[in-house]
Amino acid sequence: MIEFATLINALDSSNKTSLKKEAIIRFLTFAPEKDKLWFLALMTGKRPKRPIATKDLKTWVLELTNIPEWLFTECYAAVGDLSETLSLLLPPPTERNDKSLSDWMEDIVILANASMSEKKAFVLASWNALNTIERFIFNKLLGGSFRLGISAKGLINTIAAHFQIEPSIVAHSIMGEWNPYDFEFDKLVRGEYSNTSLSKPYPFCLAYPIEKELEALGPIIEWQCEHKWDGIRGQLIKRNEEVFIWSRGEELVTAQFPEITDALRQWKDNVVLDGEILAAKDGRILNFTELQKRINRKVISRTLREEVPVVVYLYDVLELNGQDLRSDPLQVRRNLLEQLHQRNGDDIMQLSPLIHCADWTALRLVQAASREVNSEGIMLKKKNTIYYAGRKKGGWWKWKVNPMTIDAVLIYAQKGSGRRSGHYTDYTFAVKEGDHLVSIAKAYSGLTDKEILEVSRFVKQNSLEKFGPVRTVKPELVFEIAFEGIGYSKRHKSGVALRFPRILRWRRDKKAIDIDTLEDIKKLIP
Amino acid sequence: MIQFTSKGIYCVPGKFYLDPWQPVDLAIITHGHADHAYPGMKKYLCHHFTVNILKSRIGHDIQVEGVAYNRPFHINGVKISLHPAGHIIGSSQIRMEYKGKVIVFTGDYKIQDDGLSTPFEPVKCHELITESTFGLPIYHWESVAAQTQRLNEWITHNQGFKKTSVFIGYSLGKSQRILNAVKDMGEVYVHYSIAKLNMAYSEAGIQLPPYHIVDLRKDTKQLDGKIVLLPPALLDTHLLQKIPNVAYAICSGWMQIRGARRWRSADAGFAISDHADWNGLLQVVKDSEAEKVYVTHGQTATFSKYLNEIGIEAEEVKTNYGEEISL
Repeated sequence: MIEFATLINALDSSNKTSLKKEAIIRFLTFAPEKDKLWFLALMTGKRPKRPIATKDLKTWVLELTNIPEWLFTECYAAVGDLSETLSLLLPPPTERNDKSLSDWMEDIVILANASMSEKKAFVLASWNALNTIERFIFNKLLGGSFRLGISAKGLINTIAAHFQIEPSIVAHSIMGEWNPYDFEFDKLVRGEYSNTSLSKPYPFCLAYPIEKELEALGPIIEWQCEHKWDGIRGQLIKRNEEVFIWSRGEELVTAQFPEITDALRQWKDNVVLDGEILAAKDGRILNFTELQKRINRKVISRTLREEVPVVVYLYDVLELNGQDLRSDPLQVRRNLLEQLHQRNGDDIMQLSPLIHCADWTALRLVQAASREVNSEGIMLKKKNTIYYAGRKKGGWWKWKVNPMTIDAVLIYAQKGSGRRSGHYTDYTFAVKEGDHLVSIAKAYSGLTDKEILEVSRFVKQNSLEKFGPVRTVKPELVFEIAFEGIGYSKRHKSGVALRFPRILRWRRDKKAIDIDTLEDIKKLIP
Repeated sequence: MIQFTSKGIYCVPGKFYLDPWQPVDLAIITHGHADHAYPGMKKYLCHHFTVNILKSRIGHDIQVEGVAYNRPFHINGVKISLHPAGHIIGSSQIRMEYKGKVIVFTGDYKIQDDGLSTPFEPVKCHELITESTFGLPIYHWESVAAQTQRLNEWITHNQGFKKTSVFIGYSLGKSQRILNAVKDMGEVYVHYSIAKLNMAYSEAGIQLPPYHIVDLRKDTKQLDGKIVLLPPALLDTHLLQKIPNVAYAICSGWMQIRGARRWRSADAGFAISDHADWNGLLQVVKDSEAEKVYVTHGQTATFSKYLNEIGIEAEEVKTNYGEEISL
């Protein structure tokens, strides 16, 4: 596991992309074939089932080290990562095991069927033969999330550059179904297995936020304008009578939307469509908070289907009857999409309506009113562009409406995880309800490192608790919270939930008495 | 016999303070770090090696007297002696004996022998006043030899890529340790603030390996591929970026945690500390055989709670120590 540990260490400890790429290429050059496949599998979420619950790992560490549970909790709060906490608490190893990554992974796969005592024996022996960073990796391999210091896109680009192939080919071939046993690394990233799977989606084309004046984009007639719908961006695939729905997060969500699956199955053509899954009732798009009720459910009950009916707003067609259309100009694809919709469409599969404006000024008015139709703003897509893989500047722009904001006071703080584990970075904010404060949102981002240090110091000096991860703080610091949407929810005491809340700025000029009231905030709910 | 006051730790019969943070008449100082040696005292008393450090940090006109380790003296009937704390040169535990009762204030300390400071010496007492900077069982230091090897491997790696290796550590104590550890790896340049404290070492008769002094505002070209030692204060300044083709590493116990390394986003972090790790703290507490332990700074709540659970009476006390830790 030495090569892999070196790679993880390099990805983990630097924030320079060049150094990270250097480390990945070193790994791809020197690591054994199977290790490379496993690395790719782990990076793309194709991990084996977790064979051991984290709480068992924790129990065994407590047994080995004889430390009380409360002290473990303190350590975890200081480290901010469970696998790492476990690795740091264990006594030094007395043996040495140099198994490769793939050997470890194969052992872990087999472990799923072992008895509890076999599992424990395996884990204890492994811990005793690995150093701290290897233990940390081993714990991560056993389960939990394996987030490396590089994005999937960064990895894809690095591999593509190394093998001198198009990033879209790499992305396309590693996004679909494959496993580290029956595939060869080089062939896989070169896309030689690409047609083996019916479910394989294309990489989504993504937009950057618009950064210049609209007028700089040229005549509006060259642009396709539509609303930026706030749902689940999805790729809907029908090939050989089989239907697959992929979310933007590269997850198969087919089972969560049976009505869409049924509707697409009725289509006469084999297609790959790009669209937005939205909750809609009586011809009106609903708030994202409604759609959220249908996410991550194992079973979609009839009641839920009736309570939150869904539709798809179709944006694009990427493949028709086996032919890849992504290199056709958008205009051509849109025309084709409209024809296909006419032939096949129904109440569920709808076209994303185009916005026709004579000039940019008119479009500005439509954009400003986006929230009234529960849209996030406007998408601008140049009519003559191809469907890019990933984010590329110039072809597509997103133009979101300005966020809504409220002033709220900090009431709870918690240490962050990862690089933020040493500081209080996760905050809960409250607003006024009569004489009381009610929590309304949690937010993690938006402050500079310097401000985080300052807030952390305030938290340390003004908190009621001494132990545990959460600190109740004197309500004194006021922040302006920005958010994209608001709806009713049971998650917070206030009874409302904000969508994408984040700290816009620290209002040092305001006191707790100046914050917003719940009554006023509720008026924002559409 | 001891009171924890708003000015510092006060020895009632002796009428003197230990590492006070408000002006007092007589201050006994454990070591020369700024959070333990504040300006404004009428008279300072410390180990010989600390005298010049205080003068260079606080002012040459201060009234300061140096004493040796293990040489008891009396103040107002209290028998006082200094014992090596192993933290930096001159760092001392202060032992106080009055009417048969012994209290020891550790100041900052470590058990590891760093090769420069006089090694830590356990002292038995009835009451122990200890630090707990790294008072969590996640902190375990590697041996000094293993640490040295890690630093040298990192330099070799950088040299392979023709990179300049920059180490960032406290100018007093840590920098001299690093200088000592990397002495065989090439030419070493140190920031002038570190060089100033290196002088205190030479004046104390402690031989440091050869080094050059660098002024980053002027010359950075000659640093190419070399080894450079800088104080943490430069971390957030543009001076660091003036060194071309640089890889920089932070040397601090906090670097044990990945999150801390990533927060600082240095190219490397080495868990090298001048404080005791978890086992070190426990060992000192146990070896002292103290009936009562006061915890002054660091993980005070956690460490004292743990001590109470394992049957050693302990409580946390509020002091101004530990504020220097910002890495």
